[in-house]
Amino acid sequence: MMSDAGSSSDHELQPLIKGSSARNGSAQTINNRSYSSSGQSCFSNMCSFGGNAVLFRSEPMSRCQLILQSEAAYNCIAELGELGLVQFVDLNPEVSSFQRKFVSEVKRCEEMERKMRYIQKEAMRDELPIHEPDENPPAPAPREMTELETSLSHLEKDLSDVTTNYVALKKNQQDLLEMKNLLSKADAFLSESSLQIADSAGDEETRNTDDAQLIDVRTDEGFSSMKFNITAGVIERSKMNSFERILWRVSKGNVFVRFSDIEDESAHGALLDKSVFMIFYQGEALKARVKKICEGYHAVVYPCPEKASERREMKYGVNTRLEDMKTVLNETEIHRRRLLETGARNLRLWFTKIRKIKAIYHCLNLFSFDVTQKALVAECWMPEHDIQVIQEALQRGADASGSTIPPILNSVAYVDEMPPTFNRLNKYTSGFQSLVDAYGVNSYREVNPAVYTIATFPFLFAVMFGDVGHGLIVLLAGIWMVMQENKLEKTAEKSEIFGIFFGGRYIILLMGLFSIYTGFIYNDIFSKSMNIFGSHWNYNETFQFPLKMEDSLMLDPGNRGQYQFTPYVFGVDPAWQSATNKITFLNGYKMKISLIFGLIHMVFGITLSLWNKVIKRSYADIFLEFIPQLYFIVAIFCYLIFMIMFKWVSYYADNATQDTNVWSEHCAPNLLITFINMMLFKAADPDPKLVAICQGKETYMYGGQYYIQVFLVISGVLMVPIMLFGKPIHTIMGRRARRRNYEPMADNLLDAEEGPARDGDTDASVEIRNGQPGGRSAPVSSGHGGGEDSFSEIMIYQGIHTIEYVLGSVSHTASYLRLWALSLAHSQLSEVLWSMVMNIPLSTSNPFVAVPMLYVIFSFWAVCSVGILVVMEGLSAFLHTLRLHWVEFQSKFYKGEGVLFVPFHFTGYLKEAEAADLEVIKGTP
Amino acid sequence: MGASWLPIIFFSLIWFVVGGIIPFMIPKNPNRGVLQVVLMLTGASCWLFWLCCYMAQMNPLIGPILPQKTLFAIHQYWNGWDD
Repeated sequence: MMSDAGSSSDHELQPLIKGSSARNGSAQTINNRSYSSSGQSCFSNMCSFGGNAVLFRSEPMSRCQLILQSEAAYNCIAELGELGLVQFVDLNPEVSSFQRKFVSEVKRCEEMERKMRYIQKEAMRDELPIHEPDENPPAPAPREMTELETSLSHLEKDLSDVTTNYVALKKNQQDLLEMKNLLSKADAFLSESSLQIADSAGDEETRNTDDAQLIDVRTDEGFSSMKFNITAGVIERSKMNSFERILWRVSKGNVFVRFSDIEDESAHGALLDKSVFMIFYQGEALKARVKKICEGYHAVVYPCPEKASERREMKYGVNTRLEDMKTVLNETEIHRRRLLETGARNLRLWFTKIRKIKAIYHCLNLFSFDVTQKALVAECWMPEHDIQVIQEALQRGADASGSTIPPILNSVAYVDEMPPTFNRLNKYTSGFQSLVDAYGVNSYREVNPAVYTIATFPFLFAVMFGDVGHGLIVLLAGIWMVMQENKLEKTAEKSEIFGIFFGGRYIILLMGLFSIYTGFIYNDIFSKSMNIFGSHWNYNETFQFPLKMEDSLMLDPGNRGQYQFTPYVFGVDPAWQSATNKITFLNGYKMKISLIFGLIHMVFGITLSLWNKVIKRSYADIFLEFIPQLYFIVAIFCYLIFMIMFKWVSYYADNATQDTNVWSEHCAPNLLITFINMMLFKAADPDPKLVAICQGKETYMYGGQYYIQVFLVISGVLMVPIMLFGKPIHTIMGRRARRRNYEPMADNLLDAEEGPARDGDTDASVEIRNGQPGGRSAPVSSGHGGGEDSFSEIMIYQGIHTIEYVLGSVSHTASYLRLWALSLAHSQLSEVLWSMVMNIPLSTSNPFVAVPMLYVIFSFWAVCSVGILVVMEGLSAFLHTLRLHWVEFQSKFYKGEGVLFVPFHFTGYLKEAEAADLEVIKGTP
Repeated sequence: MGASWLPIIFFSLIWFVVGGIIPFMIPKNPNRGVLQVVLMLTGASCWLFWLCCYMAQMNPLIGPILPQKTLFAIHQYWNGWDD
């Protein structure tokens, strides 16, 4: 698409490079930039009324070359990072990220980050609060980075050591506990068995189990005489049964197993799901098999002494060891906690510092080394307004590093690149700017529609939403979010949907305000009307009783007793609320205001395109594009508005002058038919019944209307070929003049002279005869010179533009009727909700039934009101208003081909990294 | 012409003050231009909105069709005007 890219390069730079033949890298030191503000044309000054750096257009940017001494580079970049006003251009695009100069430092930073994330995870697992620092630590010097590195690695090593130790100790404790259980159960088994053996030996005295010593001696003898082998151990409870079965099978029934569950708690606190078993068997072969089976079942075998005394000693030993273990574990726990607390306290601080270091090194990677390898060179974009501040920051950085050579900032001319768009926003305007940016970022120094959107967006929303009650709900929601801004900031970052609403809190507040206003005008509060100023309709006839309730009567606008002959002071008269023809009246009214506001919005958009053309100094375009466009719309569509207002004002009903009034209500012509006839050049057929009274006012509202209409339509349509051919012919003539003059000057310099210095008429007529009016297909391509488009391309572009405009003017005008459609839908939904829901309890006659019913039904009505009418209709109206702005309004003047200015700023970088952190931590178990 | 001069002058004055007088009273801060534009646009559009509603009703060509019940209520509860 051919655009005025050549001529749209920043004209503020023209004073700098005019007169010098070099176009790249002309380095004039920054001190000469001070005259740029005086060198601005008076137009630019006029365009920034209200002060410099306002939102009307994006700020002037300059591309600068930054030369830093290597030692000073780090500190200077740190200062710039805090400032956040410089966008660096990558001077090493062909180099991969692994080959860049500072990649080792970046790797070190990432290693430190990994360690810190580990510490953070451990701290979060122990539910230690991570302390948020109040101050913003500056980026530390490289020395500090090494210190940080060592202390961090020590902390991490200590922590992991402690954790491993802890785990090992726990396992030990577990084993000891199992052993303790085993020993106590073994006591139980062996004493029982000893009983039975003693029984079988037939000695009744041995029933006395208190005399352990005696029995033991006996059982010892008994056992050794039987040569039993004992294997004792602990196994999981669930495996116990199959374990027993296998043992039985393998040993062919020659084995005796005793087992019992452990009811003790394990080291980790949960109930231990294991059982103690003792296997009694004979023979060495069986022993080996039993051992293998135990291994297979992951049963832990503990040495269990046969003698009870030995068992007692062992138990004593185990208990002591358990006590010691508990103390050691406690100490370990305390140590670990202390380490984590230290870590958690400084964690955020360290994170910030390390991230800043990493950011600085990433930025330094974009630099290139100059020949002497002593200085780093960078190219960057910065707003012209802030050059002073940036220089001071660089000076501070250089001083901090103690370097002697000051940093050098040169401005450099840019060739074909469009500078990035920078709008200085605050919390009020950022919402509206993001609405505009969502469609397309402003081209550099183009008119910024966001400023006007602040007022027109809530207004058009309110025209569609128009209800005092719902508007009040929206307003209260907006006020709540605005007042709780600081507290809700955190919640908004976590939840995406709430974040969207929170970001638009000022938009919502304004929308609520305007909706209350339009609600008063539509006289609609929760679908009811208010009678504040006294209705101007009345019924003055005498009533005939009994009243026939089904009868309806139309109040006569011509009767001074029924209509006061002046309208209701503010808004729609409340008499219309219960009228059966309310919608008929409101439709006519709302459709007309939709057209009125729509056309005003579009004419406003076209006027803004005038400003764009003035900025670009393409004065010829004003006559070739702007004036024809404006005239086309005004002549055809604004004439419709004129007719609407004329009809509103002139035609009236008055019974007193009924028969002689040419402006009576019977004579009012139908505007739609008049408009269609105007387009078709059809003379209207007068109605014979009305001619006598109206004398022509029923077809034509004023004398000469037919001829004026014909003139308007024809002159409007004549604008189309001007739009279609004007600009291409002008461009071609300009090129031929240039070729004739044979000067190899830059395109943009010529364009500045082209406007006032148009070629003489004789040349023009010669060119026009030679050039083809319908030359879209003719290959008259003057494609000489680098980026010039051929004639056919210019024609195609202009043709598309013209067709889009002409057809768009019809379709966009009709598109504004959605203002009517949505407001009708809203008011009808609201009315239906009231009459179907709230009316039921309100029209019940028995108060004892009605009151509880009202109590319950009110909640349902309220939920539906907020859910359907406020949220759903609100979102719908928001979307339609957005569409109206993006398509109908902005297509008249907006290019939106810009690139956003993304400065090197620590806050943005840190926020991103924190969000990424949360993701990583959520991901790993 | 069914318009009475008092409401017209009153509301036009209000919106003229909002859109035409207050913008010049905003102190010099960086947002001055934006605030001026917003106030002017608000004043103009809200005034026009009110005016269209006023003009649409001042010479009505049809009247509201009301059921008998409502007419009786209007007669009873709303104070008319002295003719």
